[in-house]
Amino acid sequence: MPDVTTHKTTNAEASMQPSTETQTLVRIQDLEKRFDLSGSWLEQLQFKEGKLQRHQEFVHAINGVTLEVQKGEALCVVGESGCGKSTVARTVMGLISPSGGEIHYDGQRIDHLPAKAMLPYRRRMQMIFQNPYASLNPRMTIQQTLEEPLRFHQPGLNPSEVGDKVHEVMHAVGINPDWGKRYAHEFSGGQRQRISIARALAVDPEFIVADEPISALDVSIQAQVLNLMMDAQEARGLTYLFITHDLSVVEHFGTRVAVMYLGTVCELATTRELFANPRHPYTQALLSAIPRLEDDRPTHIRLQGEVPTPVNLPSGCVFHGRCPYADQRCRTEKPQLIPTAGGQVACHAVQEGRL
Amino acid sequence: MALLEVNHLDVRFALRGGDIQALRDVSFSLDRGERLGIVGESGAGKSVAAFSILNLIAQPGYIAGGDIHFDGQTLSAMSEHQLRQIRGHRISMIFQDPMMTLNPVLSIGEQMVECLRAHRRISHREAREIALDRLKQVQIPSPQKRLDQYPHELSGGMRQRIIIAIALLLDPDIIIADEPTTALDVTIQAEIMALLLELCEQHNVALMLITHDLGVVSQVTQRTLVMYAGRIIEQGPTKEIINDAQHPYTQGLINALPQMADPGQRLNQIRGAMPSLNAIPSGCAFNPRCDFATEHCRHVMPEFVTSGGCQVACHMVREMIEEAQHHA
Repeated sequence: MPDVTTHKTTNAEASMQPSTETQTLVRIQDLEKRFDLSGSWLEQLQFKEGKLQRHQEFVHAINGVTLEVQKGEALCVVGESGCGKSTVARTVMGLISPSGGEIHYDGQRIDHLPAKAMLPYRRRMQMIFQNPYASLNPRMTIQQTLEEPLRFHQPGLNPSEVGDKVHEVMHAVGINPDWGKRYAHEFSGGQRQRISIARALAVDPEFIVADEPISALDVSIQAQVLNLMMDAQEARGLTYLFITHDLSVVEHFGTRVAVMYLGTVCELATTRELFANPRHPYTQALLSAIPRLEDDRPTHIRLQGEVPTPVNLPSGCVFHGRCPYADQRCRTEKPQLIPTAGGQVACHAVQEGRL
Repeated sequence: MALLEVNHLDVRFALRGGDIQALRDVSFSLDRGERLGIVGESGAGKSVAAFSILNLIAQPGYIAGGDIHFDGQTLSAMSEHQLRQIRGHRISMIFQDPMMTLNPVLSIGEQMVECLRAHRRISHREAREIALDRLKQVQIPSPQKRLDQYPHELSGGMRQRIIIAIALLLDPDIIIADEPTTALDVTIQAEIMALLLELCEQHNVALMLITHDLGVVSQVTQRTLVMYAGRIIEQGPTKEIINDAQHPYTQGLINALPQMADPGQRLNQIRGAMPSLNAIPSGCAFNPRCDFATEHCRHVMPEFVTSGGCQVACHMVREMIEEAQHHA
């Protein structure tokens, strides 16, 4: 079988490489996603200047995002609400289909695969959602919730093997395996999020997409869940795509950080570099807005105005309307990601040395 | 005398299975122009504490004991009619979700005018002038236009600015802000907090800020109360609490912040979760999660002891102080 041999060679290549960190697991290439706002075909018809015209309107949620997730890292995507970070997560998982661009998983393009061909990849990538109150089925016991992905993805397992596996993941996330007969509403928010993590871990995935997994939790519980996710990463060699708006979590958790604004990546760097030396004006403003314990008075960089609507994107750099360094070039020409000392940044001012 | 004084407040919720104690023996005060932070996790009782000041607790909740004094008057003994003179006038509130607070079928101007004319005998035109002035104060772009807009036409940050403008309409003595920035993005949160701080200082308004975010508290407030399972467990100057917390729960809360651990290392988590209010452990409510709990902690509720500028309800802290005094 040719599949097996190619698989073997990639494995051999991996072992020959001095460090496995540079191996790309997920590659997102020029990803675009538009959501149609204009309704059905009939609703799109409009009379304009005496003529019947078809008028369509889109939310441009993602506009050309290119990212690579390396094996074993935690790539954090940060940004404010509406920047498209959750859409990136859902598109990568195949929950929504992209309008343009490609997604490659372990060298194989997956964004256009039919459901059946996608199945083996679904086992290898799992998702943890923001709200543990909504993402667990209220009519299933925890045992049933955790067994379902196993029965679906590994139909060869006999009931006792399934039981053992469920026992193991419950133990791993710190939920007493004897509680399997309980329902989701009998657990607190933190426990529910542990169960969501257990459900993701049940099929032994290698890649986990976590969409704001701790935003709905209290501070002391956030720490517990973050610790759990870091332990699981170490024990199982997981790769994370971690979506969040909380920069202090990113600083702690992330290997690399991508900052998104209006559907584009404006800066991508290692966590250390990004926090020590933010280059993009938006990153600088975002970092200065974190409420910290140390300082007395906020030294916050105030941005003008608010995030524009993604229906009518600004021309040129999407950030130019709020940027204190914007000039004529920024208003007309879209900046590309250019390499910097610790990563990449999409900013004309940085490129020209104005900043 | 303090502007606002809350003494031994007990709030209960009458449920079928019996009463639940949402607040137990809560006492604190607020001076004119002071900024006080109330911190705690969800279910700690911080919102109930704030709401009970204006008796805004809905059925089946009720104030079971204690009293509330405001500027020489006893709020807890007032009739509903008398309270209405205070609400929104001398003490105003800012809530978490600006969409829920604004009336969706009235324009911004109408809502502001309505509030002004409910408390003052002024003409519609005068009220609109004042409203416009307040909108300018909260630095809303094109304030004249906003008066005739409806809430849905504005963004979340702008709505919260309008809420602040409404809270300031009648020059209140106290603003109670319940998680005013939780629903907002970080950059907007920073702007709203800076604005609130600036306006409170400018008008010498006292601010009661309820939040779960210790970072916000440390930047905005002068004094902080930490609540756990319906009780205050530590209170004192914010600086002292942030830099040198005495109660193990406060210490745990601060140490659990990601910025307190080295990047990539495990966070210092507090084990377990806050008890539900119908199953509060005996003795110190924090004892099942506390690393220092002794048999004494499991049986006897700790009283407040003074440590530096702080009041702390913890047996261990009391013992440490007594030991130090003994040696001295």
